[in-house]
Amino acid sequence: MEIDAVTLAILKGRFEQIADEMDATLFRAAFNPIIAEAHDASHGLYDAETGMTLVQGKSGLPIFVGAMAFAVKSVIDKAGPDGHAPGDLWIFNDPYDGGTHLSDFRLVKPLFHDGRLFCFLASVGHWHDVGGNVPGNYNPAATEVFQEGMLIPPVKLYDKGELRQDIIDILSANSRLPLSLYGDLNGQINALDLGERRMTALLEEYGEATAGACLRQLKERAATMMRAQIAALPDGTVSAEDWLDNDGIVDEPLKIALDLTVEKDRMVMDFSRSSPACQGPVNISRATAVAACYTALKHIFGEVPANAGVLEPVEFRIAEDSLLSVKAPKPVGGYTETILRMIDVVFQAVAQLAPEKTVACAYGTINALSMAGHRANGARWVMFSFFGGGHGGHHQDDGLNHGNAPISTATIPPLEILEAAYPVRFTQWALRPDSGGPGRHRGGLGAVYEIELLEESADAFLFGERGKFPPQGIAGGAPAAANRFTYQQADGAHEPPMVSKMVGIHIARGQRVRLETPGGGGYGDPQSRDPQIVARDVARGFVSPEAARRDYGVSLDPAGAVDQAATARLRHPKDEKEPA
Amino acid sequence: MSAFVVGVDVGGTFTDVFVLDEAEGAIRIAKVPSTFGDQSRGFIEGIGDAVDDFAQIRTVVHGTTVGTNALLERKGARTGIITTEGFRDVLEMRRRDRPATWGLRGSFEPVVDRGDRLEVAERVLADGSVLEPVDAAAVQDRARALSTAGCEAVCVFFINGYANSANETQAVEAVRRVWPNAYVSAATEILPEIREFERLSTATLNAYLQPAVSSYLDRLQSGLKQRDFGGDVLIVQSNGGVMAVESAKRYPVRTALSGPAAGVIAAKAIAGAAGFENLITCDMGGTSFDVSLVAGGKAAIAAQTSIDFGMVVRTPMIEITTIGAGGGSIAYLDQSGLLQVGPESAGSNPGPVCYGLGNTRPTVTDANLLLGRINPERPIGGKLEKLDVAAARAAMEAVIAGPLDLSVEEAAEAVIRLANAKMAGAIRLVSIERGHDPAKFTAMPFGGGGALHTGALIKEVGLGAALVPRFPGVTSALGCVVADMRHDRVQTVNRLLAQTDFAALQSEMTAVAEATEAVVRGSGIAFERIERSYEFDMLYLGQTHSIAVPLEIPPEGLDQAAVTAAFEAAYRAAYGRLLENIPIRLMNYRVTVTGRRPAFDMGVFAPAGGRPAADCAIGSREVYAEGRFWTATVYERLELEAGALVPGPALLEQADATIFIDPGLSGRVDGFGNLIISDREGQQ
Repeated sequence: MEIDAVTLAILKGRFEQIADEMDATLFRAAFNPIIAEAHDASHGLYDAETGMTLVQGKSGLPIFVGAMAFAVKSVIDKAGPDGHAPGDLWIFNDPYDGGTHLSDFRLVKPLFHDGRLFCFLASVGHWHDVGGNVPGNYNPAATEVFQEGMLIPPVKLYDKGELRQDIIDILSANSRLPLSLYGDLNGQINALDLGERRMTALLEEYGEATAGACLRQLKERAATMMRAQIAALPDGTVSAEDWLDNDGIVDEPLKIALDLTVEKDRMVMDFSRSSPACQGPVNISRATAVAACYTALKHIFGEVPANAGVLEPVEFRIAEDSLLSVKAPKPVGGYTETILRMIDVVFQAVAQLAPEKTVACAYGTINALSMAGHRANGARWVMFSFFGGGHGGHHQDDGLNHGNAPISTATIPPLEILEAAYPVRFTQWALRPDSGGPGRHRGGLGAVYEIELLEESADAFLFGERGKFPPQGIAGGAPAAANRFTYQQADGAHEPPMVSKMVGIHIARGQRVRLETPGGGGYGDPQSRDPQIVARDVARGFVSPEAARRDYGVSLDPAGAVDQAATARLRHPKDEKEPA
Repeated sequence: MSAFVVGVDVGGTFTDVFVLDEAEGAIRIAKVPSTFGDQSRGFIEGIGDAVDDFAQIRTVVHGTTVGTNALLERKGARTGIITTEGFRDVLEMRRRDRPATWGLRGSFEPVVDRGDRLEVAERVLADGSVLEPVDAAAVQDRARALSTAGCEAVCVFFINGYANSANETQAVEAVRRVWPNAYVSAATEILPEIREFERLSTATLNAYLQPAVSSYLDRLQSGLKQRDFGGDVLIVQSNGGVMAVESAKRYPVRTALSGPAAGVIAAKAIAGAAGFENLITCDMGGTSFDVSLVAGGKAAIAAQTSIDFGMVVRTPMIEITTIGAGGGSIAYLDQSGLLQVGPESAGSNPGPVCYGLGNTRPTVTDANLLLGRINPERPIGGKLEKLDVAAARAAMEAVIAGPLDLSVEEAAEAVIRLANAKMAGAIRLVSIERGHDPAKFTAMPFGGGGALHTGALIKEVGLGAALVPRFPGVTSALGCVVADMRHDRVQTVNRLLAQTDFAALQSEMTAVAEATEAVVRGSGIAFERIERSYEFDMLYLGQTHSIAVPLEIPPEGLDQAAVTAAFEAAYRAAYGRLLENIPIRLMNYRVTVTGRRPAFDMGVFAPAGGRPAADCAIGSREVYAEGRFWTATVYERLELEAGALVPGPALLEQADATIFIDPGLSGRVDGFGNLIISDREGQQ
């Protein structure tokens, strides 16, 4: 069936609006701030036979774009042919079956119209606590998935419209925060109900044949568009490597290596030279690895739509059972760190082909920091949040100060909300000087967060990265400052042996933990940055006078103005040696 | 002796003046070019065009964009911040967001430079206890430093000030002792609500605007006084209510959406008089399409908005949803060959191809022209002599029709259909997505071009009808004249219901309401009556987003049962299902005091001396719609009598707008001069 260009464009807007509306419904109703504030959730429409992504919401977590297709596929496989009925709703969090990590619970709903299966609607959301050894589930010491939380394979939460309360009972019994779980689960159900109503109305208006043909054409057009974007890059093979500090168990760096080949309108992303699977929880599944590449490509080629067609011209080479394609029961809880590094190597590789199309590396770690304990009345509390850092410089401008991670559009909760909810106070919440990678366009600044405990005792848990290998610059730009975490105990200040990963840090009333996050990498040679702008950075306290001199070759007089002669000498030492 | 009420809306291009002569029950309208640099000149001239003797003016009501423009162009005063030690970057760190989901580009310059954000030792905890008192001498050191540096305004902002403002208040007093300055404020005076970034951003932008807006309003007042004006000046707020000019000088940030809000208020009043309580206003400009919802006679109110990335203003304001689809929106084919319209816009300069000012990419206006819906000899706005049809045709052929193998008319209609689909999406967003049935809503276009598209929107979204007011071009100025006075207050409570002392809460809320009512009464304006309303922001323990819970204080007083019932009703309406056994938290209370101004008689718009439709036809044009050409009769709109029936396809022309009635629809002029378009009118 041929669909005219206008109907296609109109229906595309309608489909996207439905996905966006499902996102918005969950964000408003969710209990835990990771969904409500950090938008760690996503919704979309998926193919009835293959599970391929048809349409995905614009406001959900970018990394789920792509990963969800594998989740829907696992439900299709489990149910078997003719295994679906109206009113069914599946739930699971198995990270090896199209998953990310255990915290992400997926709900998959077959959408029937006139008695026929038309497509699937799916919802994924990051729940606050799903059991395991560590509150909040970022357990850097896990060596098996069983230490990370409960693992639920695809099961029916609703069977032909009938709620199976026993499933909810099982889930609730395995969480430290069952009320939060119940609230988030209801929010996801509401979102899917709404998606079903909207899709039903659309199908009644346009008919299944037209709607189905539109979805197929949109996929083909996405592939066409991606091919055009790739064709605009010069042909050739480039390589980039970057590193994870360690896996939290063994203090050895893990390599993520990309050999990227562009040949006309096709692209090969070869990660074969990356590290093998590791003991600790920074492994990821192949589905997650592919989704990470999609996210990176979408940042570079912003025009391409969010459906499966985009990856059609891209071939992936990822070794089986490697860090980037792991099998059960290897732990995967810290998947965010690994995919951030994958995005970094894609940026670094594409920068070698077309630097103006990409940005330098962002801060590159989500820094999941939780603090947990009991109040005087015995009530348990768990504070859990992600923290921000700088974005990379790019060919037009400096990077953004204190942004969110490339894999998400998360905002940070207000510190006043955190202080009102948990027995802590922040003693600092500030930009971190000298954290942005030097460059003609400087990387954005990371932040300093310092938190003091107001109860008798608590345990802190950190899952972060970029403590040893800072975010890289591109096109001659320099790296940013590395991540740094310190905590006070009775005998003084400490740093974790694994730098940015640690469980069960015991702190007492009045003691503080301090997180200093990386900035973004720089873009272009720092020696070519306008000295007046360097002087402004120094006046603002973004860059110290020493760093101005060392990194930018800019010398300032005591009043803060550029010392032109001294700057010229710093920047062009050779000129001075030549005889006048 | 006459008594005039004058509404003035200063827009980017024109200053519109709407004068109501209360004694005669007559209206006058004036339109003069806006004056750049000092809008108050155009303001005075505009009134002078319509009124000879300023002494006869009782009230001047003003919708202003001075505040909005100062924010967008970053032309506010140099402002300093004095804040808690450790927190000087709250304004710059925002909520760790970014301007666009994809691309990781974009930056943010806060309106206060880092060097003008100074810290002092002090600390209040979340429970309101003072951990460390503030040292007045240290505050005064910072104040002197900011003053010396050249700051004109200063905002004092302390963490957790919403829970206890004692330190902040002491600090503000200390600043004022060493630096007598009208532009010193405490963040909690502007917004005593939890969430540090939103509070600081709102208070800082307020301080940043104070000098500019105050001096503008001073100039305006003295200009009026020179012409012997002795009445009151009122300013329209973003919430759709007016405030006294002295309040506007104190809270200029409340004018951030003053102009658009006035338009919505007018739409509500016009439609209300005509018998339409449910309304979707559609304001189509050159680059954007703004929609707003009025349900049951009430405009939807949003708690906050971003004027630009990171420039958050948290004060109640009429909720206006904007999408990038205006007359200047550019149509193109993307790399996959899919037709796209906007968000890139040719604006008003160079504008559409047919303006002949250099743009060669076809726009929505070009498409309307090629479909015969715009008269090339009579461009609206009066800036151009005529429109270049041939150039528009060539552009449409080259960019759309040729590559898609369509005729130029088919291509132009495709562009319009896609633009309409985007507008329909915006309307769905505010109606269907909020649980409203569009069939019960009437579209009300204002601005010059909106009425070309309303017929299609009726069909696309399933709206009941469209109402085109008699003077679509001066809607905002009319809104100034009809707006009520409204003041909003908020205070964070942050307690579980089980832990709330409702008697104390009620007396606090009542005291706030009385103080606010005193401000309304003190304005010197005559009101028919003054109303109070209360609303709580509430949520289940563990949630982060609250819902608005309207409630009335029962005669026997507030108690937990009444508040719980109100919350559950609101929650069920929002999400469908309640959650069991979860404690409920009361985050904020909100108090609104409204002074109702005397009702405006829309009868002044009644078309006197009109003629039947057949007598108003001034010709015909070939229009292209639904894949074929039609012969559309062209009417002189303002000459139609009440009750006149105009069957589609038809075009109605007037100086400030063109209206297209699609084939299959028809229009009827009502007793107030409005044109009601629907698919039913013809059958009556």
